[in-house]
Amino acid sequence: MEKNRIKNFSIDFRKKVFFYFDNKKLYGFEGETLASALIANNIKLVGRSFKYHRPRGIIAIGSEEPNALVTINKGDKTEPNIQATKVHLYQGLIAKSQNCWPNLKYDFGSILSFFSKLIPAGFYYKTFMWPPNGWKTYEHFIRKMAGLGKAAEIHKDPNRYEHVHSHVDVLIVGGGISGLVSCLTLANSNLNIMIADENEELGGNLNYENDVFINSVAAKKWAKQTTKKLENLENVKILTHSNVFGYHDHNFITISENCEHEVSNKITQRLWKVRAKRVVLAQGLIERPIVFSGNDLPGVMLSSAVRGYANKYGVVLGKKAIIFTNNDDAYRTALVLYKAGIKIQCIVDLREQVSSKLLSKVQNIGIEIFFGHTLSKVIGRYCVKKVEVSKLSKEGKINSNSKKIINADLVAVSGGWTPSVNLFSQSGGKLKWDSQSLNFKPSFHFQNEVTIGGCNGTFDYEKTVLESIDKTKVIVKDLINKNLRETNLKIDSPKFNKSLRSTWFFNSSKDIFKNDKAFVDFQNDVTVSDVLLASNEGYNSVEHLKRYTTLGMGTDQGKTSNINGLEILSVKLNKAIPEIGTTTFRMPYSPVRLGLIGGRDISDLFDPIRLTKIDPWHRLNKAKYENVGQWMRAWYYPQDNENMQTAVNREVLNTRLNAGILDASTLGKIDIKGKDSRKFLNMIYTNDWSLIKPGQCKYGIMLNEDGMVMDDGVTTCIENNHFHMTTTTGGSASVLSWLEEWSQTEWPHLDVNITSVTENWSVLSLSGPKAREILSQSGCDIDLSNKNFPFMTFKNGKIGGIPVRIFRISFTGELSYEINTPSRYGLYLWQKILKSGGKFNLMPYGTEAMHVLRAEKGFIIVGQETDGSVSPLDLGMDWIISKNKKDFIGKRSLKISSTIKNRKELVGILTDNSEQIIPEGAHSIEDVKSSPPVEMLGHVTSSYYSPNCNRSIALALIKGGRSKIGQKVFFPTLDGDIITGKLVKPNFFDPNGDRLNGI
Amino acid sequence: MLNIECPYCGFRDEIEFSCGGEAHISRPELNDKLSDKEWSEYLYSSYNPKGLFIERWVHSAGCRQWFNMVRNTVTNEIYEVYKIGSLPKTKEGLLAFKNNWRRKTKSELIDLKKKKNNGKK
Ligand SMILES: [Zn+2]
Repeated sequence: MEKNRIKNFSIDFRKKVFFYFDNKKLYGFEGETLASALIANNIKLVGRSFKYHRPRGIIAIGSEEPNALVTINKGDKTEPNIQATKVHLYQGLIAKSQNCWPNLKYDFGSILSFFSKLIPAGFYYKTFMWPPNGWKTYEHFIRKMAGLGKAAEIHKDPNRYEHVHSHVDVLIVGGGISGLVSCLTLANSNLNIMIADENEELGGNLNYENDVFINSVAAKKWAKQTTKKLENLENVKILTHSNVFGYHDHNFITISENCEHEVSNKITQRLWKVRAKRVVLAQGLIERPIVFSGNDLPGVMLSSAVRGYANKYGVVLGKKAIIFTNNDDAYRTALVLYKAGIKIQCIVDLREQVSSKLLSKVQNIGIEIFFGHTLSKVIGRYCVKKVEVSKLSKEGKINSNSKKIINADLVAVSGGWTPSVNLFSQSGGKLKWDSQSLNFKPSFHFQNEVTIGGCNGTFDYEKTVLESIDKTKVIVKDLINKNLRETNLKIDSPKFNKSLRSTWFFNSSKDIFKNDKAFVDFQNDVTVSDVLLASNEGYNSVEHLKRYTTLGMGTDQGKTSNINGLEILSVKLNKAIPEIGTTTFRMPYSPVRLGLIGGRDISDLFDPIRLTKIDPWHRLNKAKYENVGQWMRAWYYPQDNENMQTAVNREVLNTRLNAGILDASTLGKIDIKGKDSRKFLNMIYTNDWSLIKPGQCKYGIMLNEDGMVMDDGVTTCIENNHFHMTTTTGGSASVLSWLEEWSQTEWPHLDVNITSVTENWSVLSLSGPKAREILSQSGCDIDLSNKNFPFMTFKNGKIGGIPVRIFRISFTGELSYEINTPSRYGLYLWQKILKSGGKFNLMPYGTEAMHVLRAEKGFIIVGQETDGSVSPLDLGMDWIISKNKKDFIGKRSLKISSTIKNRKELVGILTDNSEQIIPEGAHSIEDVKSSPPVEMLGHVTSSYYSPNCNRSIALALIKGGRSKIGQKVFFPTLDGDIITGKLVKPNFFDPNGDRLNGI
Repeated sequence: MLNIECPYCGFRDEIEFSCGGEAHISRPELNDKLSDKEWSEYLYSSYNPKGLFIERWVHSAGCRQWFNMVRNTVTNEIYEVYKIGSLPKTKEGLLAFKNNWRRKTKSELIDLKKKKNNGKK
């Protein structure tokens, strides 16, 4: 039997198992937590603190535990920063302590503790302010010393996480007495209920007590029976091991469910996203510690935790206990320890003489009680050895003549109870200070929610039950269709005296500094003197205090420290707590793994990929890919050992010499129908669409209302009142939304119907002097002569029996046919045309060659030449702006002076050294000066090597560029060189467009 | 995550919707009298109250229809959703509509008059 296991305690343990803590083999029982097993084995020192590396032990029994954080290794999984109180023991469990080197007992970092005067509150801010390069020196040191566990060193998380959506009528958060009663109240109703609890079983604190009876049954047993009852109901879903960590808008609740206990389950955790019609908050209370010198030494524990470990697991971390309290509840602990055979040295009660039934019971056993006394110090190096007890004056001053030293190895502390208002606060609810219980309680409710029991500040068991029944009934009133069954529960629980003595007996700040190493926040090593120092330095707002001292910022989110911190600040500032306020609680209530939030949306499933129907051919022919939004587009097709530049040069040259074919299926395509389509296009585009006839194509530019270019493309009149619009690949979704928005909200009277057909068509862009011959050889049934099928027109036809829509439009400046076919024929047609084009040296070209070809012609790409601040006038496209139209989107803005004067204009640039390619984005300057300021003229938007011009070419936006054609311009590069060049018109190849018009 | 009632589809999670900002903004009629100031007010000035507000939303991952919503920007409470082209009916919606500074601008007054006249016909 383990050293600290109480004999004769009846506990339903299942199976004895072994486990490892820091490589030491220990034994415990299945069904208990790691914390319980460590206590059973008398392991007091379980970790080192965050900043000072002070020895720390377990202080709590639930998710409020700030100290006992361990790393768990399981197969290929490593999880750091897990609370030992939340780990369920299993055969062969491997746990390691954190934040210590070379080992837990002889931790090198603990020398920091001796230098703690050097690392006060705001240490990080102060240190890193000076010297300016200091951080580089400190970083390594600080990162090594501070912090908690280390992340696993593997690159892939071996855990599996899933997301579940759920809609319920009522979600009950917390399965303690109030949650259970609320659930029972609704059990026979028509409502769908979900009840979630962070522990392995429902019952909450009832599982930790031996002095509460419900309907004459021990509370623990009653909780089990009730759970059984609820489990059998179809309308009740019970979630255990579940951390309700977020309360969002409109009763949207997020829960992380730990599934590792599930037999043969491959899922590590589930994220529940629950939308509840009503929410019942029943998370109960958390006991808070008392702040005194040495209160962080292993062996100092929360009184309720000491009692809980004894009652539930039959373990007590010591043989000689002292109880230190400011309220009645700790007397229950005395009774439990007495029954367990633990020697109770004395009870130290901050209050002056009080009496209650509970107290008399303890007094009758013969336990010594020091009323009006305090623990002034705890003595010991790694754990509690002795304590110093002193008398307090009525004003709360320590009487130093009254010191008594008492031997003890366990100190059970109770500083009162804090309602768990975190979720209530997250819901938007406002808190109100209750000066009697020294707590924040829910006051103004924001959402469709009710708070009951402990977390509503109701301490008494009987009142909790009545409140739970009443409030639950009220909140579901309009949801139920039959009367709820009466819930009658007879409660037998200890009778308390509710008095409480504020623990803030420090009157002068001098006293407090003497009481250094009196910890407020255990996890972040915030002491009383840190809080006072921060306040002295002017951090008097509670929000500032939090950030400056890191009070309440740990993984435990200050569950045990918030109120104590506030009280110290309130005493220091001599202000009431409501005047100071509390910090806002934010999610998560307890730590949540990033992997859980990612769920299955990781790796390949992170973002969808879009592939064209012709993609299998690109893959087979070893195309290199470029991502354009979600699309994967063929970038270039290297042959043999070609590098990118040679491959692109070959594709560009061949397209102008023979012919090239591009998979342009990703182009945005929007089908527009309706008798007002022309009117609509007239508003959307800058040019005039009134006279366009079926069979004609037209290039258009659309602007934002601010007059800046938004998208461009060719739109074709298929039939009267039927148009086929094309957009840029990246702009297709936003243009569709744009059209829908205007047609629905501004011009709902127009008869226009808009549908995206991007995925419905495969588009093959056949381009080059031999394009016509190739197309006709492929079996195209259309008369392709220039007379019958001129530039900027469209024909319906068939290629080898396959239906096609062919647009004679060009983005390369060559004779071009954009062949659209229902997408299912795309791959077949691509292969067919390539085959017919073989003897004409037809080659596929990718997006890079397309960019070079269009840049040679000076054709813009929206998003490359434009960035949302470029107007069509800047691009030299005055010709596309209709003078006759009364209105179109963006028209009025083109008249505003800032849109006209002092603009950057699109120009071409030829470098003096024709081999030199200016980096895209390079800024141009007018003069080379030795020192700033240097006036910037603009920047390069596109820059390539052009094999057809046999030199480098670039497009740029330059201030007043069109009037500076022929002038010299300079581009300083990052490595200190200056590239020189001259401004030219933005058209480098076939400026008259003879090839485009294709005879 | 708001729970939004699309007037065409019913209640859905906020993730299916996009917010299009302030509702009931009249696009000024283009004519020579329209000053730069009036135009820029339409383009760039927006009402951003703490409290009741009328916004346009679109069910972008659903039916793709635009609609109007009366929302309290502090509590996120939604009082009303209604189709484009109509006016709010709830007490909160009418108040939000009335309180908007835009309701007093020139173009807005003209537009309201038009709407009223259309209603009469
Ligand atoms: Zn919808």
